[in-house]
Amino acid sequence: MSARTVFEKSRPGRRTTYVAPCPVPPPDLRKLPEAALRAEPPLLPELTEGEVVRHYTNLARRNWAVDVGFYPLGSCTMKYNSRLAEDIAAWPEFFAAHPLRPTHAAQGLLRVMYETERMLSQLCGMARFTLQPAAGAQGELCGMLLVRAYHADRGDRRNTVIVPDSAHGTNPATAALAGFKVVTCPSSDEGRVDLTALGKLVSDDLAGIMLTNPNTLGIFERDIQEISRIVHDAGGLVYYDGANFNAFVGRFRPGDMGFDVVHLNLHKTFGTPHGGGGPGAGPVGVVERLEPYLPVPLVAKGPEEFELEEDRPKTIGRMNVFAGSVLIVLRAYVYMRLLGTAGLRDVSGHSVLAANYLKQRLSTAYRPSHSGRCMHEFVLTAERQKDEQGVRALDIAKRLIDLGFHPPTMYFPLTVPEALMIEPTETESLETLDAFVDAMLQIDREARESPDLLHDAPHHAPVGRLDEVAAAKNLNVRWTPDAAGESRG
Amino acid sequence: MSFIPHTDQDRAHMLASLGLSNMDELFEEVCAALPPGEVPDIPGSSESELSHELWDIARLNGRPDRTACFRGAGAYEHYIPAAISHLLSRGEFLTAYTPYQAEISQGTLQVMYEFQTMVCELLGLEVANASMYDGASALAEAALMSMRITRKHRLLVTEALHPHWLQVLRTYTANVDADIVAIPTEGGVTSADAVSSLLDDDTAAVIIQNPNVFGLIEPMREVGSLLADRSALFIAAAHPIALGLLTSPGEAGADIAVAEGQPLGIPLSYGGPYLGLFATRMEHVRQMPGRISGMSSDAAGRRGYVMTLQAREQHIRRERATSNICSNQALCALAATIYLALMGPAGFRAAAERSFAAAHELARELAALPGCSLAFDAPFFNEFVLDLPIPAEDVERDLWKHGIISGLPLGRWWPDRRNQMLFCATEIITEAAIHRLAAAMEEALP
Repeated sequence: MSARTVFEKSRPGRRTTYVAPCPVPPPDLRKLPEAALRAEPPLLPELTEGEVVRHYTNLARRNWAVDVGFYPLGSCTMKYNSRLAEDIAAWPEFFAAHPLRPTHAAQGLLRVMYETERMLSQLCGMARFTLQPAAGAQGELCGMLLVRAYHADRGDRRNTVIVPDSAHGTNPATAALAGFKVVTCPSSDEGRVDLTALGKLVSDDLAGIMLTNPNTLGIFERDIQEISRIVHDAGGLVYYDGANFNAFVGRFRPGDMGFDVVHLNLHKTFGTPHGGGGPGAGPVGVVERLEPYLPVPLVAKGPEEFELEEDRPKTIGRMNVFAGSVLIVLRAYVYMRLLGTAGLRDVSGHSVLAANYLKQRLSTAYRPSHSGRCMHEFVLTAERQKDEQGVRALDIAKRLIDLGFHPPTMYFPLTVPEALMIEPTETESLETLDAFVDAMLQIDREARESPDLLHDAPHHAPVGRLDEVAAAKNLNVRWTPDAAGESRG
Repeated sequence: MSFIPHTDQDRAHMLASLGLSNMDELFEEVCAALPPGEVPDIPGSSESELSHELWDIARLNGRPDRTACFRGAGAYEHYIPAAISHLLSRGEFLTAYTPYQAEISQGTLQVMYEFQTMVCELLGLEVANASMYDGASALAEAALMSMRITRKHRLLVTEALHPHWLQVLRTYTANVDADIVAIPTEGGVTSADAVSSLLDDDTAAVIIQNPNVFGLIEPMREVGSLLADRSALFIAAAHPIALGLLTSPGEAGADIAVAEGQPLGIPLSYGGPYLGLFATRMEHVRQMPGRISGMSSDAAGRRGYVMTLQAREQHIRRERATSNICSNQALCALAATIYLALMGPAGFRAAAERSFAAAHELARELAALPGCSLAFDAPFFNEFVLDLPIPAEDVERDLWKHGIISGLPLGRWWPDRRNQMLFCATEIITEAAIHRLAAAMEEALP
């Protein structure tokens, strides 16, 4: 019964009152023309506060989370999130500030934004950052619009963007959204960008390349300076997808690798909570020659106080109604200030140490996609388990749920068959890492001894495997009294 | 401060298993490939030091009286029931990610499903996604979607659209050959006649915001019937609280509706994170951007929820996806879902009615001040433009001295409107606050 929706728990006439009955003279709706009025009121549930709190508390209990246990989801950096940052973001001086408040009444917020921008610029070796994009993918779009604006301003019509075959799906989707033609660059046997192939793909039409480093296989793109040189020589720009910056933070800077545009995911590297799928923030940094195109508003330090800079003739415009996800930026500020450079170096160091430790121990049972040192994450393939026991990466992932772990990222990157992509992060203890290894080794034994145990997993989750095909075919994406009747609760 | 659990002994054990003796050896390959970079020296802090420092920084914002903010213009302070922040701080919601593993993400997936249902109900349409970044980016995605569906390029956009929303729309559509044409207004309201004469066979969509940037109520049903038998789509941008009273986009005939969801239990937050609402007709669902949760069942027949129609999305479709959107605003969508569940139909309507009443009472008192009058005659919901006898920025400055955030001086957006102020009132504004504002205004005026 626990999957019953809030609508099914509703009873007509039940309510909690939040709006004071009569703070001002009652409304005179005659001021509104009939055509302006709503005919059908929205169907909302009727419950007491106690019932609502119980409903959503019980839904919370049907979720896995970092606070519950190990969450080694590759390329997502599921690290522990500081609670001080949560508390500070709940101070009324911050959360109750209207976005169009006069700037003299927002100096604290603007100072936090300014200093965050400076710290991110320094950590990435960039000239300046915009804090506006609301997520990594919006940061990518912002970055690629900057690439477009830069070329256009020089009277240079360039339409091609190169994306490696191992890239996250948002990269090609973003390039297309920014109006570019996407060309895929194959990886070498080592899992890195194939320089020969890259050399053949560059042309006068090249606007840029989008790269993640370390890449989605967790491998350092060793030839990054050469890649940058090839792209720059062809007149293109080099874009850094910062999804994997946790491997480098406090040690290495994208600017030193030749990158021109960088987006960061504050909800990954900079410790802000993932929220069940956002809100995050995707600030974008640029080298000096791209600075004129940054979106407005930018935070600037004026002669007396901090200001919001709106008047920028070459700007690409605006990504967000106001100044961006400011309270997420505030949380990242708290994180950076708590840790400092030394703490951030420890973050990258221990994230890489934990990944290599896990990779080493798991290699006895699962084949890594590539040998050698990994960075903050690595990819295993379950090809052997699939060929020998008919057990797929999906089955292994689902069995991990029974054993008390969130599964790794599955079937990504697309270049590795039966991929399991594991990112432990720096905040997991040795005991947790060892327990995860034990679980993975147990699953490998089970694959040989009782493969059906894996095929039918999970056995101990709130629900078993759900029928995704039926869900897409008989689309039920909104509750109605009829829709509920079709499914047993 | 550090969140790293490894002791010296743990570290030594892990390094030894890799045949290494120190941490820097992990990065030998990187060091060899790169020139030495200069990493900034940011000092670390303890929680107690940093929270004291931030307390001082917070005070730099000043602390206006929270019951005396008369500014809306795209962000609205409504009452937020206390239960919301308590539920949002549950670690199982706060520290989960996108529900890639449905079996252990039923909480998030069911919230998405309930949210989608409530968005459909509010906007009066058949299908909604699980959220967008904010209202403006939702509008931009709606415009792109209308261009995909109609394969046309012309967007007729009311000139009474919030100017920041227009900028976002322009930014998103700058490289896809969109031709944005402004629909003129009469007395601050979009002219339906102008829509009719501008409509042509190249039009992908007509975009109207209701209430519009001046707070005025637009002829939504009229525009809807103009478009009823045309190929151009009707995109409506709504104010979610106004939907307790005003006609829904679906009732007015909209094909796609978007809204800024911030007024639904999300704090002003100096601009973000906010929440984009997005809904459309079922026939267009495969062109809709964003994540969608659907009801399904497991082998035992137990009900469960999964992310569905993923074939539209970037991780499957790559450069042919309907959008690049990936993570969005799940926790903000949870806040809105809880808000609407707590308010219920009666509370939701009450918030709309009281906001309407407070704004009209405010307008009555302010329009009676010497030299002041309402700039437009058309009906409004919770915002209105007041003509002042002096520059609005002077009034803003004087009111701040009383701890009052005035209406928005419109000269900030349009230089020829420097003597105009856009005022807003919601259900949290009391009669006493209105009297206090009126008295302070009287003092500030010549």
